[in-house]
Amino acid sequence: MPDFQDLYQDMVMDHNNRPRNFRVLEDASRQADGYNPLCGDRLTLYLRIEGDVISDIGFKGSGCAISKASSSLMTESVKGKSKSEAEKIFQAFHHMVTRAPGTDFDDEELGDLEILSGISQFPARVKCAILAWHTLRSALEGPQDPATTE
Amino acid sequence: MTAADPGAGNVSVGNAPGPYDVARTREDFPILKTLVHGKPLVYLDNAATSQKPRTVLDTLSRYYTEENSNVHRGIHYLSELATQEYEGARSKVRRFLNASDDREIVFVRGATEGINLVAQSYGRQNIGEGDEIIISAMEHHSNIVPWQMLCQERGAQLRVIPMNDDGELLMDEYEKLLGPKTKLVSVVHISNSLGTINPVEQIIQMAHGRGVPVLIDGAQSVPHMPVDVRKLDCDFLVFSGHKIYGPTGIGALYGKADLLEAMPPFQGGGDMIKSVTFEKTIYNSLPYKFEAGTPNIAGTIGLGAAIDYVTGLGMDRTLAYERELLEYGTQRLSSINGLRLVGTARQKGGVLSFVLDGVHPHDIGTILDSEGIAIRAGHHCTQPVMERFGIPATARASMAFYNTKEEIDALVKGIDKVIEVFS
Repeated sequence: MPDFQDLYQDMVMDHNNRPRNFRVLEDASRQADGYNPLCGDRLTLYLRIEGDVISDIGFKGSGCAISKASSSLMTESVKGKSKSEAEKIFQAFHHMVTRAPGTDFDDEELGDLEILSGISQFPARVKCAILAWHTLRSALEGPQDPATTE
Repeated sequence: MTAADPGAGNVSVGNAPGPYDVARTREDFPILKTLVHGKPLVYLDNAATSQKPRTVLDTLSRYYTEENSNVHRGIHYLSELATQEYEGARSKVRRFLNASDDREIVFVRGATEGINLVAQSYGRQNIGEGDEIIISAMEHHSNIVPWQMLCQERGAQLRVIPMNDDGELLMDEYEKLLGPKTKLVSVVHISNSLGTINPVEQIIQMAHGRGVPVLIDGAQSVPHMPVDVRKLDCDFLVFSGHKIYGPTGIGALYGKADLLEAMPPFQGGGDMIKSVTFEKTIYNSLPYKFEAGTPNIAGTIGLGAAIDYVTGLGMDRTLAYERELLEYGTQRLSSINGLRLVGTARQKGGVLSFVLDGVHPHDIGTILDSEGIAIRAGHHCTQPVMERFGIPATARASMAFYNTKEEIDALVKGIDKVIEVFS
């Protein structure tokens, strides 16, 4: 039986209440919008890319606790990483939140992102957690339509 | 049951007359005994879809077990039986809406398809460049998009009746919108996201004063209050079977016979024709002209059973009971600190849309679900309503006659838990 306490852990709530890197980057070299039309979660992601590295990152937006906490955690986990490292973390995160119940996941790449592992028990909320990551990918890939989880 | 005697049939009507007995009604709905995450299901998502009484489930099963056959073409026993049942259901819908003729009842997949039928058939025939269609600010996407598509195709304009902060239409503004270019008015009877009951009788009268026909979206009203198409004098009305305790995939369009008569077919195929040659096809008469292909026979008969069921309970009694629930729910929810009801019209159906300070509706939905409470969180297919109120989404508890005050109490307790988690 899924327990919502697994979802709304203290650290998740902390990131919801005090999101990290919650700011506009004035000198951003990349920017992308993410929108989840189902629940109205919206964010704008700002990146500064130096060479191949995400040297700074920020986001603004509004949404549910999961989308906000996940955005905050995402920015912390990819800051200072190369594009390919960020993509690897995304893959690991994606597997963690969409895995079948009772199966393991590789936590090597994940660090603090692991606190969102309980989301796999709430399929309806996976989109909330993954929006920031789709937006990141969209920002890294360059200008295009807003990222969406639909 | 035959077409000649399509009345209450084998439906239990033991709940009428006398005082309304909700416990007894609940016995008729097997799903209400479900445990969700180990807790009793509290189903408060009735505006999305309603649960089905046993008589509807039994009717579907009996149809497929004992009567399954195609309609309108067989000369064998089963086909005649299925045709009688299918047409019997049409008569039930006609009586339920108090239409004057079975020919005015067209079976469709649901309210959405009914609106699309009118847009594509009546709309394409009668609406041209520069013409205007009036809808309201609280329409479901299904009563916006089909008209937008039509407007785009024909070069027509969509005009929108605004509403106030309580979610009531501004009738003065409506009056101003009605003009020589207005060719159709299409408005929702009860708003699915706000609960507002719109003054459709007045809306229709005002349009008719200018010779403009009116479509009423009855998806949320037909299941919850008596709706009389002749009294309203609406030109079209649509509703969905699954919201009135019937199966999914079936609904009905009511249209005045003279209007339907003059309209071109919606889809082509079998059953909607009288004769076909490669040179020329002669269309069938009403209502078959609009029912191409093998229809949803089981769903239609199931819808008939659902109508028998609600008629047996008594629409006036269930309406009075649902009003009592709404009043209780409004009062309980209003007393929660930090909760704001969205949709506070004086005339309301059993919908409680709300937002909580600092908590996104999706988080409310997840935590309530863990308590076994089913509500809806989101924009409810009314994104312009959300925009009007400056919110991304609401949490919505919507009631039916099988809900109880104890379930409202469980909802309030659940919301308290949400507040605790987010404090």
